[in-house]
Amino acid sequence: MSSRIDVSIEHRNVPEPPGKQHPNTCPECQSHYRDDELEAALWVCPHCGHHFPMRARSRIASLADEGTFVEEAAELRSEDPLHFFDLRPYTERLAEAEMKTGLGEAMVIGHGSIDGKSCELAVMDFSFMGGSMGSVVGEKFSRACDSAAERGVPLVSVTASGGARMQEGILSLMQLPKTVCAVEDLHDAGQAMISVMTHPTTAGVLASFASLGDVIVAEPGALLAFTGPRVVQQTTREKLPEDFGLAEQNLRFGHIDAIVARPELKPYVSRLLRLFTSRNGD
Amino acid sequence: MATDHELHLRDRLTRLRSLNLLGGVRLSGELEKLQRQLDRIQTAPTDEEIWRSVELARHQDRPYTLDYVERLLDDWVELHGDRGRADDAALVVGLGKFNGRTIALLGNQKGRDIKERTHRNFGMAYPEGYRKAMRLMELAGRHGFPLVSLVDIPGAYPGVAAEQHGQGGAIARSQAAMARLEVPTVACVIGEGGSGGAIATALADKVLMQENAIYTVISPEGCAAILWRDAAEAKKAAAAFKPDAVHCLELGVIDGIVPEPEAGAHTDLAESAKLLGESLQEALEELESVPVDDLKRRRRARFRSLGVYA
Repeated sequence: MSSRIDVSIEHRNVPEPPGKQHPNTCPECQSHYRDDELEAALWVCPHCGHHFPMRARSRIASLADEGTFVEEAAELRSEDPLHFFDLRPYTERLAEAEMKTGLGEAMVIGHGSIDGKSCELAVMDFSFMGGSMGSVVGEKFSRACDSAAERGVPLVSVTASGGARMQEGILSLMQLPKTVCAVEDLHDAGQAMISVMTHPTTAGVLASFASLGDVIVAEPGALLAFTGPRVVQQTTREKLPEDFGLAEQNLRFGHIDAIVARPELKPYVSRLLRLFTSRNGD
Repeated sequence: MATDHELHLRDRLTRLRSLNLLGGVRLSGELEKLQRQLDRIQTAPTDEEIWRSVELARHQDRPYTLDYVERLLDDWVELHGDRGRADDAALVVGLGKFNGRTIALLGNQKGRDIKERTHRNFGMAYPEGYRKAMRLMELAGRHGFPLVSLVDIPGAYPGVAAEQHGQGGAIARSQAAMARLEVPTVACVIGEGGSGGAIATALADKVLMQENAIYTVISPEGCAAILWRDAAEAKKAAAAFKPDAVHCLELGVIDGIVPEPEAGAHTDLAESAKLLGESLQEALEELESVPVDDLKRRRRARFRSLGVYA
């Protein structure tokens, strides 16, 4: 009996070690593209369909009708309440992230319309410190909920995050209950939240607002896990299933409503917006 | 030199004290204990003191949830199961009489010996545990019982089955359930308040911490492994992210500190239980006078105000 064959699985969606591969080279089929080619293809590999990470501004451009998006709370910046210093000061990491991404923080919020339906958008950017959630991300999301409630429109959240930001310590953990309370207030105001989980949506963001959408959809191959595969493997020495933590497994186990490929996302979201906003026959 | 940080801290502490944030803490009327508390709060804990808290919070003889249940509640009835698929022994829930009124209590439970630790998974809950907790929350809301949550968890369990059963979603929904409750709720971190696994059951009207408990966004070892690329640097990590009760109070994360016996909660279980009981009673009395409609609104406003930004 050969019941003990060791099948080591190589995960397809675990990020490659930095520097190993050019970011515009498809990790699936090795095709290589220019920025403008990928931008035109919504950062989906035209050859094999692999979903590259999508920056917040590109995401907003891909969802909101042209010229309708008005950013809110763009001026918010992180402080350094703990005077956190690991190998480098937190303030230096923040400044570097802002220079690299051109963003003030890991989330962009604002209002706009999708196929003519007015909504609020809260979109994360993984390029800004791994999309980690500190006080500013929590506050921006919280304000997005209030803005949606005041305008009487649904909230569309697009997440990409490694979890809570360690450099703000316990205050980052407090952004979990903060965003949860914000969603509860939005729901009490009678508005819907549509949660789009993209690669990766993990730890503190998965364990708070991202999981509270009235409808939750994910992009193909996205890692959606409270604890990522590497830590689970190291901690438990368990053998991981091939699709561990991926959107496909989450769909099978009943944690999300659908997997929607990026080119289909806008029509899918606009259909949901029509459903949630036509209660009075408008 | 008095750094900006020090001045800032002193300024905040002055404001904190004038706000009477210590109101939720009873100090048994003993002046020296009061003085000790004030001394600790006045002088930010040193790196060594922070690490001592980490060690005391994890001490193998530290009292666990059921030690307090035994000493503080009458007519305790433990309830079991999430009505879905399992009974998670890492998180205990039940009903009991606390100073004459029925309360719903939930708490993480580590084990004392190897056998019990395995049975209770070292206090690390699966999603089933949070679903059991949500069941108790619903029950408390339905019958108007105040909810007490004792938090003592290294972290939610990071395993394959836990992920497949929806660990992240369960933690999110457990918080949401607490945000919806229309009964008084008090949470107290009695040992390790480990990350998402802890906040899942700590979205309460009043949040307390025992003097030597810790409340963390990630374990010191986990933080050291990521930021210092060496888990052995845990002490440095703890000093950097400051998980001790005094710093949590200063940041507005908790509302009060529950005193412990001089050498730590494990040295005198009866005294530890008495001190915890007094703080819980005081917090509940205060909340019981708040109109039900206001409780939920204030609770959400409290959490929505947390964070520091410019």
